[in-house]
Amino acid sequence: MGLATFKGGIHPPDKKTLAANSSVVESKPPKIVVIPLSQHIGAPCNSIVSIGQEVKKGEVIGEPAGFVSSPVHASVSGKVVAIGEFPNAMGKMVNSVVIENNGKEEWTSLKDNPDYMSLSPEELKEKVKASGIVGMGGAAFPTVVKLSPPKEKKIDAVLINGAECEPYLTADYRLMIEKPKEIIEGLKVLMKVLGVQKGYIGIENNKPDAVSKMKEAASGEAGIEALAMEVKYPQGAEKMLIKAMLGREVPPRALPMDVGVVVQNVGTALAIYEAARFGKPLIERVVTVTGEGIAEPKNLMVKIGTKISELIEECGGFKDGAGKVISGGPMMGFALSSLDVVVTKGTSGILVIPEAEVAHTDDFGPCIRCSRCIDACPMGLMPSMLSVLSEKGFYEEAKEYNLFDCFECGSCAYVCPSKRPIVQLVRLAKSMVKP
Amino acid sequence: MDAMKKEHHLIVSVSPHVRSEETTNRIMWSVSLALLPAALAGIYFFGLKALFVTALCIVSSVVSEQFYIKIIGKKSVAGDGSAFLTGLLLGMNMPASLWSFSPFTVHVPVIASFVAIVITKQLFGGLGFNVFNPALIGRAFALISWPKAMTIWNEPTAAFFAMDAKTTATPLGILKEEGITKLIEVFGDKISLYTHLLIGNRAGSIGETSAIALLIGGLFLLYRGYITWHIPVSFLGTAAAIAWVFGGKGALFTGDPIFHLISGGMMLGAWFMATDYVTSPSMRKGQIIFGIGCGFLTMIIRLKGGFPEGVMFAILIMNCFAPLIDRGVRSKVFGAVKQEKAKESGK
Repeated sequence: MGLATFKGGIHPPDKKTLAANSSVVESKPPKIVVIPLSQHIGAPCNSIVSIGQEVKKGEVIGEPAGFVSSPVHASVSGKVVAIGEFPNAMGKMVNSVVIENNGKEEWTSLKDNPDYMSLSPEELKEKVKASGIVGMGGAAFPTVVKLSPPKEKKIDAVLINGAECEPYLTADYRLMIEKPKEIIEGLKVLMKVLGVQKGYIGIENNKPDAVSKMKEAASGEAGIEALAMEVKYPQGAEKMLIKAMLGREVPPRALPMDVGVVVQNVGTALAIYEAARFGKPLIERVVTVTGEGIAEPKNLMVKIGTKISELIEECGGFKDGAGKVISGGPMMGFALSSLDVVVTKGTSGILVIPEAEVAHTDDFGPCIRCSRCIDACPMGLMPSMLSVLSEKGFYEEAKEYNLFDCFECGSCAYVCPSKRPIVQLVRLAKSMVKP
Repeated sequence: MDAMKKEHHLIVSVSPHVRSEETTNRIMWSVSLALLPAALAGIYFFGLKALFVTALCIVSSVVSEQFYIKIIGKKSVAGDGSAFLTGLLLGMNMPASLWSFSPFTVHVPVIASFVAIVITKQLFGGLGFNVFNPALIGRAFALISWPKAMTIWNEPTAAFFAMDAKTTATPLGILKEEGITKLIEVFGDKISLYTHLLIGNRAGSIGETSAIALLIGGLFLLYRGYITWHIPVSFLGTAAAIAWVFGGKGALFTGDPIFHLISGGMMLGAWFMATDYVTSPSMRKGQIIFGIGCGFLTMIIRLKGGFPEGVMFAILIMNCFAPLIDRGVRSKVFGAVKQEKAKESGK
């Protein structure tokens, strides 16, 4: 029997060896951090600090402004020197708090409570909420919302996403190698909060040592199982992961909770454990700095708000002339226009592609209807049709071809022999019509 | 630090930031390469005339495309290989006898190429937008316009440089006019008939005669992932089934499927013409319907029609249906069917 997987998908070279073997190291303390008050899906936070104010590490600086929101904490101790708009990775201006690091590393409060599992589900959930935890795989959806399903949705399984199907990235891999026990503990907290008996960790089979580490850590834990999945992009997309692991299909425009599942990334599981046990807010994360265009690829533990330029410098700077710097992976990441952009809770990696290797796609050809994109689409769409309709301005017609079921994984554009910017055309169509 | 502060001109574009190495050019040239064994077999059996006809089609196709692009002022697509491929396919679908100055028929490949490239492809919007297979429209146009010249078949294995080869009938032609008994008599016995059809030393269009060479090319495309099994298997399977059931004399289930599969343009059509991306359905399920339709129509024409061969018209007729078929077999969106089922069970 083959490994668990889904229909469709692609096999880009995984390029993980660049950074896979470098252990996670603490990045150099930043002199200054720029902490955006909106690092998550949902309402931006309101700043509760003022310029000149001294803050400690872990202190709340932004209060959530709605149910779908998440608090933001200071990632260093020091003085607030500015509050204002700074561009994020997508180039959008976001209200941010700038803190000058005094280097004292003073924490607000960090207490070890080894008996955290005896806390009630409500108390644990409160800790997750207060710690500002969001999905760390990239989407940055506030975790507490996923932990608060409406009563009529019966959740029966928690999945930990260890697929890390984006090429190059190794942040989750390093965590699974270095902190498997803690990830399992995070999963147990999730299971307790949601009152479920079944927990799974799904890992792509190109990380056999992570599979065995997680299996070992899960052995002896009731109801928890680690599984290897086929290596195929986008195996780590929520819907594909659920299909592979549990055989359930999340209906179009529905959520995992509609099929009784909550999915969390391995980094998020670790953050949940640290929040539950130590009350540690989410102020740092592992970022893979990698790519053929970086001198020394590394996995760094980075304070939220650290400038990308500092990470690049710490990894030996550019090599072979940087062409593209991407926040995230090569399939769904955002190309940065400035290195002043900062690391946020959802930044899984910084990928540098040398100028010579940048895939130029401004000179694309017509669709030759070769069907490669149709075979590759994990959602069962016709990307060829979507791209042609969008190109010609038939946006309403594109809706008939299930435009809004596309989650922009990029598999279609990857395989397209005419190098058509299919994802771009899909986004254009989406912006021109209402769902 | 200074180096860091220096302004970096970063390239910004929409994801994905990596692309596969496959290109349209590579696909076109690979299909041309896959046709090479059959084309060479045709040139070997029909001599220099076959080479001239094929080359004339290729040159005319490429020149027609450039001519059109110049006049219209379109962005040049030179080198995408599609005009070369159309020319090659068209040449392989023509009799070598067209290289003749008395009577003068050298203009036939030239005009057919123009019809294929300019009228069938470019006027519909160019590569990717044509409804019909350009090479087949070119051939159909020639067959209707010059029915006599297009059906003069040279005997194979004449002297390579001979310009006045003897003419003869194609196996399908003999079958249509004189029946199976006569056909087997012409080739000696059934095994000899099969051998000739497989190797290709029989009368026919330049590139259609060697079933083995075509099969090698087709399997190469299959192996490299340039085509999938759906169209060739459903096309050939349907044709074989109909030939077996209805192809015999008198009784049902006495037909000869092998003969039908390796004669005429069946192999060339099923592997190289019906599988044209642009003019066949995009959906795999639709491709099976398309293939079945091609096989069915081919055999209807062969067994009941006025023409001895039906591959060309079968594919052209099915080309019209390709967009409709795609609409009919729209793929299941991930999760969609289960939702419907859930709704039903909920009622």
